[in-house]
Amino acid sequence: VTDAPGKDAIISGLGISTIGRRTGIGDLDLTIASGRAAIADAGLTAADIDGIASIGDTPISTAAGALGIEATYRGGGITTGGLLSPVMSAALAVMEGRARHVLVYRTVQMIGGDMVPREAGEGGSKEGEDMAAAMDVREMMSDVAELLAADAFSAANWLALHCRRHMSLYGTTKEQLGWLAINSRRNAGLNPLAVYRDPMTMADYLTARPVSSPFGLFDCDVPVDGSIAVVISSPDYAADCPKVPVRIEALGGASGKGGWFHRPDYPKMASADAAAEMWSRTDLTPADIDIAELYDGFTFLTLVWLEALGICGEGESGPFVDGASRIALDGDLPLNTYGGQLSAGRMHGYWVLHEACLQLRGEAAERQVKSNPQVAAVAVGGGPIAGCMLLTR
Amino acid sequence: LTHSVIEPAQERLLPALTPTNRAFWTGGADGLLLVQHCAACDHWYLPSVDACGECGATPAYAPVSGRGNVYTYSTNHHQYHPAIAPPNLIAIVVLDEQDDLRVATNLVNCTEADIAVGTPVGVLFENHGEIFYPVFEPTGAQR
Repeated sequence: VTDAPGKDAIISGLGISTIGRRTGIGDLDLTIASGRAAIADAGLTAADIDGIASIGDTPISTAAGALGIEATYRGGGITTGGLLSPVMSAALAVMEGRARHVLVYRTVQMIGGDMVPREAGEGGSKEGEDMAAAMDVREMMSDVAELLAADAFSAANWLALHCRRHMSLYGTTKEQLGWLAINSRRNAGLNPLAVYRDPMTMADYLTARPVSSPFGLFDCDVPVDGSIAVVISSPDYAADCPKVPVRIEALGGASGKGGWFHRPDYPKMASADAAAEMWSRTDLTPADIDIAELYDGFTFLTLVWLEALGICGEGESGPFVDGASRIALDGDLPLNTYGGQLSAGRMHGYWVLHEACLQLRGEAAERQVKSNPQVAAVAVGGGPIAGCMLLTR
Repeated sequence: LTHSVIEPAQERLLPALTPTNRAFWTGGADGLLLVQHCAACDHWYLPSVDACGECGATPAYAPVSGRGNVYTYSTNHHQYHPAIAPPNLIAIVVLDEQDDLRVATNLVNCTEADIAVGTPVGVLFENHGEIFYPVFEPTGAQR
């Protein structure tokens, strides 16, 4: 596979702001911090950046103005790549020659900020409203009204239903979900930017207050304020890039057909389609993945991605993570090495990307995977929303 | 085929009625769970559709048995809506008529401890004015 969309674009720069709970820092200040850091990390100045893309807080025109960027390419919104759509659109833009360096950022705020642009959707929960607003693809949210009528207001409810079905079909256990939370907390302890770093025991996990069975509090990610930015560049910049350039090998997305509970292969999700598209665009195979940074807005979503990506077989993700040794930093498949959204914080799909790049560069400091990882899987989303990427160094 | 009507325990975020879905949400007034059925293709449709996906005809509403089984479930413990208090036993029920005929609903007259994936259930209707919202209870509890 040589001419797949976005293939060979490079990630040349990384930037991350202060991350925290109720920081009191405005979204624009967070965006400026991550954006400036990413541009400098790429060895560039604002004058070199000719594209910008984002979703959510800080509109791109505002960010471009504040950072001094004159962008001829502007991308945004959610398409088939889910929350990674801006990254994917930037990769396409640099490969098509529409831009040379695109700044992509994701800024989130716990309170007062928008997780996604409010173009549509009113009423219901914050999460439901945000997700409805995000979707210009109606199919993805086609069955949400039915869920709201059934007192299922949150993605926590909607995904707990998938999880219960998975448990019933395959024998997946609550403790296996718990090992994901414990693995993430252990890794967060080595990440100075992570929000929750104190060790977590299985007893802590199991006794947390229930949210929507089988999910308890520690199955849910941690809302934070923060911003992460990356610079996506044309491959011709690789030689001049001061840091190890991370190469995009393949991208995959999904239409979201089947919504939240009407897929014929339920409890599978759109992640199955995104992963299939990604693998169709590369000669690499799941056996080539050295590290995996997989979305964990809820613990169970990481299990879903492990199966969707073919890292383990259908229904085998629970045993795969059991005991959290295989997925530890020194295990066969280090997983969510920065602490995940569960412990580090809900950067809504962008910290997994940032971390995969850091690990491939060998810059992850105390939590650096020692086995010199060459291939990383990055996957983001749940339910009908999914996007994934394969990165190499 | 007729089923009982009960008074709701609390309010509900009711769906918007459309010409296409109206019969499903209001059929309980007559004690009937009405679902679109394409007679030519012998295919049931939920959620409601404008045209049969196989032959293009407009499916007619027909009563179903109101029997099904629990496909999956979750007890919500977090108060997301100020007027709707937890716990809420949320479920997806598959109706007996077709193996992909899924309804998002609440289970009543039971708790999570009383049910499992596969538990047989039957429909009741919560009366919310024009809308008769279908909820389900374990058939062991039905008279």
